[in-house]
Amino acid sequence: MSTAAPELRSPPAGLSVRRPPRQSIASWPLLDRAGYLLCWATGIALCLIAVGIVLYMLIKGISYLRPSLLLESPAPSLQQSKAGGFLDPIEGTFLLTAVAIAIAAPIGVALATWLSEYGQSSRLARAVESAVEIIAGTPSVVLAIFGLLVFSQSFLGFLSQNAADGAVTGQSFLTAGAIMALLALPLIVGAAREGLAQIPDRTREASHALGKTRATTIRHVLLPSIRPNIAEGVVLGMGRVIGDTAIVIILLGGTLKTESESGTPILGLLRGTGSTLTNYVYYNSPAGEGNAHEKAYAAAFVLLMIVLALNFAVTRISGGRGRRVDRTGGSWWRLAGAQGLIRRPQPAAGPES
Amino acid sequence: MERLKPPPVRRIAVEREPQVVAPTASPNGTSTPQPSASARMRARRPPVGSVRERMRIESVWLAYGENWVVRDVSLPVRQGEVLGLIGASGSGKTTLLRSLNRLTEVTAGAAQGGQITLDGEEIHGLEVNALRRRVSMVFQQPNPFPMSIFDNVAYALAEQSPPRGRRRRRSAELEHAVNDALRRAGLYEEVAGDLDRSALKLSGGQQQRLCIARALAAQPEVLLLDEPCSALDPISTATIEELIVGLRESVAIVIVTHNLQQAFRVADHVAFMHLGELIEYGPAEQVFDRPAQQRTREYIGGAFG
Repeated sequence: MSTAAPELRSPPAGLSVRRPPRQSIASWPLLDRAGYLLCWATGIALCLIAVGIVLYMLIKGISYLRPSLLLESPAPSLQQSKAGGFLDPIEGTFLLTAVAIAIAAPIGVALATWLSEYGQSSRLARAVESAVEIIAGTPSVVLAIFGLLVFSQSFLGFLSQNAADGAVTGQSFLTAGAIMALLALPLIVGAAREGLAQIPDRTREASHALGKTRATTIRHVLLPSIRPNIAEGVVLGMGRVIGDTAIVIILLGGTLKTESESGTPILGLLRGTGSTLTNYVYYNSPAGEGNAHEKAYAAAFVLLMIVLALNFAVTRISGGRGRRVDRTGGSWWRLAGAQGLIRRPQPAAGPES
Repeated sequence: MERLKPPPVRRIAVEREPQVVAPTASPNGTSTPQPSASARMRARRPPVGSVRERMRIESVWLAYGENWVVRDVSLPVRQGEVLGLIGASGSGKTTLLRSLNRLTEVTAGAAQGGQITLDGEEIHGLEVNALRRRVSMVFQQPNPFPMSIFDNVAYALAEQSPPRGRRRRRSAELEHAVNDALRRAGLYEEVAGDLDRSALKLSGGQQQRLCIARALAAQPEVLLLDEPCSALDPISTATIEELIVGLRESVAIVIVTHNLQQAFRVADHVAFMHLGELIEYGPAEQVFDRPAQQRTREYIGGAFG
């Protein structure tokens, strides 16, 4: 198409330009003005709280944070100078999150795909939806207790650390990760389903019309285009996993150090117990038994930084909500609309003529 | 229904138009003034080369649930010419078109009676995905996949899974096939510089031509077009119409359109459908200039003027 536009003129110098006056709330009824100001004040207050948290933790954290804290393992000692740092909880945080996401992401995406692409009308799909909602609404401590019940069965002993007398504790990175995966799962399912719902049916139909099976369509068209949604769900899920304490205390043992189960190196580590930053903060806070609040603040600061980094990652990956429409074919539509050739977009699934 | 007459206002519009174009033609023209109008619009050559039948629609009935939307339609689909399906909304054109590559089956409750054959073979005897590679379709709204221009076409080329990886791993063969499809769709010159660009960044007309390139990539025998220009501006429409006329030598084309002038410009044979029934079928000149059926005359007269 001829996109080369001729030289466009600029408005003449003397042109009097009329612009609409800036809207003022002075003319609004009193109640509306009060409501408006209330909304405004709430927004400002929230910003202040967020800034307050970050600043407070920044000052507290930086003043107590020493490089050695990040590099030393905690040690059981009453003297704080000998009690070490929190290297192990940091490792534990990342390891536990990795295990949880490794379990939750594939299952979540598969579940979302099945729900959106195959199970639209089936009763089983409705049941699965409710199940996911129930899991999403269950307090994590309840999930943790349930996990302990399940994983301390003797036939599941290979997953967790066993006590000296052979009793199955049900506590390990694997079992805690599996239950943590339940926390992340609803978020991943939700984000992936949202992405699939945004893809118009005509995209699927186009693929079918090219002689592609449903499976090929999902694998090569649908899943690649919801990658940002999946990433968003995964990072939100990671946030939940990192922030949870109950499951760590009950299912990960909450031990000071990461303790590997003897045997093969990697599996042994996964079967071992440990702790994460959240429960390190808890133990060392004035409320906990460690009573080393400087370290609690330093650890909380590191935790906050990790979560903020994840939030930043989510914004970068998903590229903002507004732009996402484009990926699913909004651009031509806007174009057609701009040219005044508007026809109602109709779902392509139904027979239309 | 039977005694419907076109409103007088439209009559006037029909009669007035040729006077603007060729005022001297009216004295010796004894028939309706439409031939001269059509001669003006029909600025394309008749089909050259052999015309041969690829698909045959034989007494086809189609239903969604209990609702019969196509009733006893028989039509030939020939390579070397364009078949235009016209008719009001709800006349079953699109459903008939979709049944040609069994895309109606995607909708729950679809049922079919009668026979549709592709080169003599009943299409329900063919594997559905193989059939759709031989009889491909372009939709009303441009629907490129959210991937690069190259990948859009490469995806269509592959049997099921397209080759993975970036440019470095593209074989010369694949590159050639993709470029060839883009060239046939008349898009190559415009996008050759950057095939890795997202297909969604193209203009609407370019997107639709990409969809045609995609549909042509697998070397289909029949190309189905479902109102391919209804979402496009006149310039893009003209480009695509030219393309359709140029393609008819190598592939049999069926086009559904609401735009009668478009049907007239591109189609060699036209079938007029009304409420699921085939009312009239014949060469475009005959259907538009000398319609045999009253309903065709009303539809064309009403919408043409």
